[in-house]
Amino acid sequence: MRFAVVVFPGSNCDHDCYHVLSKVLGLETVYVWHQETDVREADCVILPGGFSYGDYLRAGAIARFSPVMQAVWKFAEKGGLVLGICNGFQVLTESRLLPGALLPNLGGRFICQDVYLRVENTNTPFTNLFSQGEVIKIPIAHQEGNYFAQPQVIKKIQAEKQVTFRYCGPGGEMNAGTNPNGSLDAIAGIISERGNVLGLMPHPERASEEVLGSVGGKRVFQSVVKWLEEQKHGSR
Amino acid sequence: MKFLGKVTVTLKRGVFDPQGVTIKNALHNLSFREAEEVRTGKYFEVVIEAANSTEAEKKLSEMCDLLLVNPVIERHGCHVEPIEEMESAT
Repeated sequence: MRFAVVVFPGSNCDHDCYHVLSKVLGLETVYVWHQETDVREADCVILPGGFSYGDYLRAGAIARFSPVMQAVWKFAEKGGLVLGICNGFQVLTESRLLPGALLPNLGGRFICQDVYLRVENTNTPFTNLFSQGEVIKIPIAHQEGNYFAQPQVIKKIQAEKQVTFRYCGPGGEMNAGTNPNGSLDAIAGIISERGNVLGLMPHPERASEEVLGSVGGKRVFQSVVKWLEEQKHGSR
Repeated sequence: MKFLGKVTVTLKRGVFDPQGVTIKNALHNLSFREAEEVRTGKYFEVVIEAANSTEAEKKLSEMCDLLLVNPVIERHGCHVEPIEEMESAT
């Protein structure tokens, strides 16, 4: 089982993801440079956070056309697992691998803080170790995390249970005060219609060790491991 | 022949523009109460080598669709003008 962490010029959470996957979870993990044209036979590709290509033009817009993203496209088309975190989520929406777009935060500021997330769909390769409605604490750090899509798209992703994580309060409650960036429907993460591409603004790799304050994020990666193992042993 | 392509990109109606709101508030602070709304946008100039203006327009339109504009949140206007004519006019 191999994980690939894509490195764009300006990625800055690539080492954090690599650390959690290889050191904390003991998994085979490789970096894939943006100029590479394949994903090194990985079972799961991580698009990490950061400021790929300086966030020039729009966050994620230039990364979309890098050679590695053509490979990620093909990988996703074949059903491969792709996890986009923060800037990685922005790259996925710009690449049209996920619907919608990420606008500047409602308050106009960069936000770096812990938030609470409600797990809304546990029937995915990325969330199968969570329980439905479970609340986890996890950090966000972004300027453009305000999820937006046209009303008909929002309706569709709600109906298809593509909303995977929503911002909430510590008890799972949702109100204007628990939505940090103005995202429509408090959406923090969505999954593709086919269920193999997940994008989320919060950083699970920064919530994977007790020493960092919470371990809620670790189960995102562990869910992928479980799912891949079950695939391998044909129990799904 | 060289052409100058000009592209203006603005956010679609209904897409929140926090920069625009902040600028509007600043205008109000300067007593420009008549400023009812401010929408920000982007402007690009692209020098294009093409046989004629139709071809240059076609290329510019492709550039907009593929990279310069995100149609989920943005709309745009674009046109091209020959650079030689511009230079002789100045």
